[in-house]
Amino acid sequence: MRTKRIRGMKFGLLSPKEIRKMSAARIITADTYGEDGFPIEMGLVNQRIGVIDPGLRCKTCGGRMGECPGHFGHIELAAPVIHVGYAKLIYKMLSATCRKCGRVLLGEGYFLFSVTDADAEIERELNKGVISEELCDIFKTNDAPLSNDVGVTKEKNGEWVVVTGKKMFIIRKEEEELSIYDAGEKRSFLREIELQREKQTDVGEVVKRVFKEASKKGVCTYCRDYLFSTNTARLENELNKGVISEKLKKMFVTRGCPLSKNSAIRKEIDDNWVITGKEKTYIVKKEEEKLNIYCGVPQRVIKYDKPTTYVEIDEEERERRLMPTDVRERLERIPDEDIALFGMHAKDARPEWMVLTVLPVPPVTARPSITLESGQRSEDDLTHKLVDIIRINQRFMENRDAGAPQLIIEDLWELLQYHVSTYFDNEIPGLPPARHRSGRPLKTMSQRLKGKEGRFRGSLSGKRVNFSARTVISPAPDIDIDEVGVPEEIAKELTIGINVTERNIEHMKEVVRRGREHPGANYVRRADGKKVKITESNYEALAEEIDIGWKVERHIRDGDIVLFNRQPSLHRVSLMAHYVRIMPGKTFRLNPAVCPPYNADYDGDEMNLHVLQTEEARAEAKILMAVQCNIISPRFGRPIIGAIHDYITGLFLLTHGEKRFEREEVLEILKKIDIDDLGEAAGTFVSPSGIEVPYWTGKQIFSRILPKDLNLQFRGKMCEKCIERGLVCEKEKCPHEAYVIIKGGEIISGVIDEMAVGSFKGRIIDRIFRQYGEEAAKRFINDASRIAINYILQAGFSFGISDEDIPREGKKQIREEAVREAEKKVDALIMAYEAEELEALPGRSLEETLELLIMQELGRARDAAGEIAERDLGMENAGVLMAKSGARGSMLNLTQMAACVGQQSVRGERIRRGYQGRTLPHFKPGDRSANARGFIKSSFKDGLSPTEYFFHAVGGREALVDTAVRTSQSGYFQRRLINALQDLEVKNDETVRETRDTIVQFKYGEDSVEPSKGEYGKVVDIDEIIREAMGAEVGA
Amino acid sequence: MKKGKVSIREHELVPKHEIMEEEEEKELLEKYKVKKEQLPKIKFSDPVIKEIKAEVGDVVKIKRRSRTAGKFISYRLVIE
Repeated sequence: MRTKRIRGMKFGLLSPKEIRKMSAARIITADTYGEDGFPIEMGLVNQRIGVIDPGLRCKTCGGRMGECPGHFGHIELAAPVIHVGYAKLIYKMLSATCRKCGRVLLGEGYFLFSVTDADAEIERELNKGVISEELCDIFKTNDAPLSNDVGVTKEKNGEWVVVTGKKMFIIRKEEEELSIYDAGEKRSFLREIELQREKQTDVGEVVKRVFKEASKKGVCTYCRDYLFSTNTARLENELNKGVISEKLKKMFVTRGCPLSKNSAIRKEIDDNWVITGKEKTYIVKKEEEKLNIYCGVPQRVIKYDKPTTYVEIDEEERERRLMPTDVRERLERIPDEDIALFGMHAKDARPEWMVLTVLPVPPVTARPSITLESGQRSEDDLTHKLVDIIRINQRFMENRDAGAPQLIIEDLWELLQYHVSTYFDNEIPGLPPARHRSGRPLKTMSQRLKGKEGRFRGSLSGKRVNFSARTVISPAPDIDIDEVGVPEEIAKELTIGINVTERNIEHMKEVVRRGREHPGANYVRRADGKKVKITESNYEALAEEIDIGWKVERHIRDGDIVLFNRQPSLHRVSLMAHYVRIMPGKTFRLNPAVCPPYNADYDGDEMNLHVLQTEEARAEAKILMAVQCNIISPRFGRPIIGAIHDYITGLFLLTHGEKRFEREEVLEILKKIDIDDLGEAAGTFVSPSGIEVPYWTGKQIFSRILPKDLNLQFRGKMCEKCIERGLVCEKEKCPHEAYVIIKGGEIISGVIDEMAVGSFKGRIIDRIFRQYGEEAAKRFINDASRIAINYILQAGFSFGISDEDIPREGKKQIREEAVREAEKKVDALIMAYEAEELEALPGRSLEETLELLIMQELGRARDAAGEIAERDLGMENAGVLMAKSGARGSMLNLTQMAACVGQQSVRGERIRRGYQGRTLPHFKPGDRSANARGFIKSSFKDGLSPTEYFFHAVGGREALVDTAVRTSQSGYFQRRLINALQDLEVKNDETVRETRDTIVQFKYGEDSVEPSKGEYGKVVDIDEIIREAMGAEVGA
Repeated sequence: MKKGKVSIREHELVPKHEIMEEEEEKELLEKYKVKKEQLPKIKFSDPVIKEIKAEVGDVVKIKRRSRTAGKFISYRLVIE
């Protein structure tokens, strides 16, 4: 496909002329349907502006309903009204232009200085586009230094334009000397806008400045009121020199408009002299050998009363309302060349078009009426609004023609303005929204487009889709990870279109013969394309009729591939392909191992399911989107799918220590998986029944699901980082069984925990995926989860409130050794601080030092309490087991439950807020002790004291607010990133490029490694390769 | 540079920028089969560009440390 590039986009206003030109009918009647039930001529449901009734034909294009796209009509407004959407812009334009001549109130260029002894060299250089050093110096001596980035261009009229930074000068050759002018605001702004346009960047910022500068001016120097004339050549000379002679001053005084002391004079580029007087500005103009003196027209302040009223305040503070006609007249006067200053093109958007004289009427197809069950017609909100507009419009005209008093006319005008305003936007601040008879606010133009359910976000960027379902999810550990349990009820609604061929015709007949019963069908499509619904009464007949070339919309059934998704879809694994498994019940069933990629849990989460409709889509889903293809996350190159919670606990219990199992027990654990060889028994032992029998260990049982030639070594979750602590790693002799060695598919040592099989970590899954492929990895996760569940069901596992119990001894120790000691130390610190004996840490104030030391001390107290608790709660404690194996929770959680909750904080500090000098009335002002500043010495099990409870709530709220703020911020940030990066592509030369083939990165990821394909950030894991090649012993 | 002012180029977080020779530049464009405009850009007003006195239209070679690759070389076209 040839791709085309959008060069530009043009926005403009509709001119009255255009509106009339595109109109198919002028609308004058406010009614819709006549008594005969047909649309009435000249009415709002006009047959010339579109058809919505079946059977009728459009009088404009001749199309039937569905063929005719609709045509615009128009209403001739009796009086102009302001378009609310542009009301603010109109205000800015009124303020920025002269009330008399309509020119934008920005100064023209003015004379700065001249170079009399200019040699030809300077001129030659200028023509070449260079500013000579000499000229540069001349500029400098005249207080107009040029910066380094200076440029000269020669204009058609022989002037040179010098641009430097934001300033702009014009050099003119006048009678052998070079006159240098300041280009003036108007010209500078125009040039800036032009530059922005060239760069294709936003002109908005410049335009904003234009409005700001122009609105500041109190006087217009373009149009003028004649004052007096004089006729002296000497005066002209003086004026040229920039001097105001006494004589001239006197002249002004005698005319009653004295100049102030600091009156300044400057010569403008078109040979006028502008004298800024006390309050007024005067213009001296040479006309027919006479010097005429004019006074600049003073401007008045314009007030904008939202939403659509403008008031002009004159010199005596009197207010006069500017009616839309006045506004329109003023806007009409703005000359075309000044319109560019507003960043607009006069051709496409004349400002007076913002005041409406003609209103376009959208085609009826854009506002269709609906027929209620009662047979009554109910019109669209827009039609209702248009009816209002036409009614008032009509009344306005009648009243005016009848010569009604001004007051009534103005009221009607206001009413017309209201209706037109609410027609565009019914949520204008300051205007009561127009309501339906029922009291419901009308949904007008703006409401149709705006917001989440508006046309853009609701109908164009996002739409509802067919062949999809949504319901609550619940766990099903015995289905495969790439399956999804679908309720039969849903399966009966979701269908796949199957083309009937020679090979499947018998099967399709069978399916249709079942009618709407589950593996049946809902529709058939005949060879001629006609769709027939399968019903109780016709399924048998249809089944007989089916022929090659038909299409059967059959129900989904086991083995069909579907897409499964949970919002927010933050990464690609939020949408994966699963195989259908029809199940009883009303929920989607999902293996808990696939919860991490979706970030799902079963506390009421709902998920969406989409049935793929084409063979291509199914193939693509199967190859790229299937669950097993996404076991390794491209985000961090480790499995994102793996054992969680009880799966980890189960495997941990099974492989921990030397558990012995008789043959029957082994078979019981392995019964759900496809194993035909138990391997050699580890030995024999005397079973509980008193006979000597062979036994297998838990590690051996787990080894059954490992590939036969798997070799792997790693440190598990239990590892206490001996090496980092300067001790020696004892490896297979590790007392915690943290060093896992797998040789030839058998666990030699170590226990299976989160590091081995967990999601996000899972070294074994990772290795199997890379070495044996995705199918093997999927099988391993399936098998591991089944073993785990089977075993944990047998062994039993529970955690209760009594698991948080600590023996009396321990309790006492926590209270006395950990907490009381810390409190004592804190008190000592406070004493030292108060006695001014405390020494400040580098870069901290005394107070900060104290807080820091106290925080440290209390942190230690909690840790100490935790250690005591940990000592009393051994591995036989279910909580500890879960924390250590990585199944759920952490030791900190347990510490808080069993021993001591610890310090609560807000913004990393102890709690300080509350009353003046104290947190709660329970404490004395200025109390800095542990208790008074949010240290919780109780455990959750013991329960918190009232003050502790309060502090916990204070700290807890911060966490809550933080997560709320973070999610919204990171969500938006991600959206921006996605928009910026979505079209990037890695090309064959490993460069990352965008759509125009512009390079973004010279090498993908700078190392050309795709995280999910490489080995933990490297291309290859050299250590592992060496180990593999040299035999497992070396380098281990 | 003014006296007493420290060159930002000596800061450890500022990677090494070099103006490329014409010959080198040609090779680069040939290697990636791109026009100059398709290279990543850097502003003329960038402090480092100002210091090495690169002109608009020059291509600079940037050697920097990379978390993934250790060392990485990038190229940027100086623009206005």
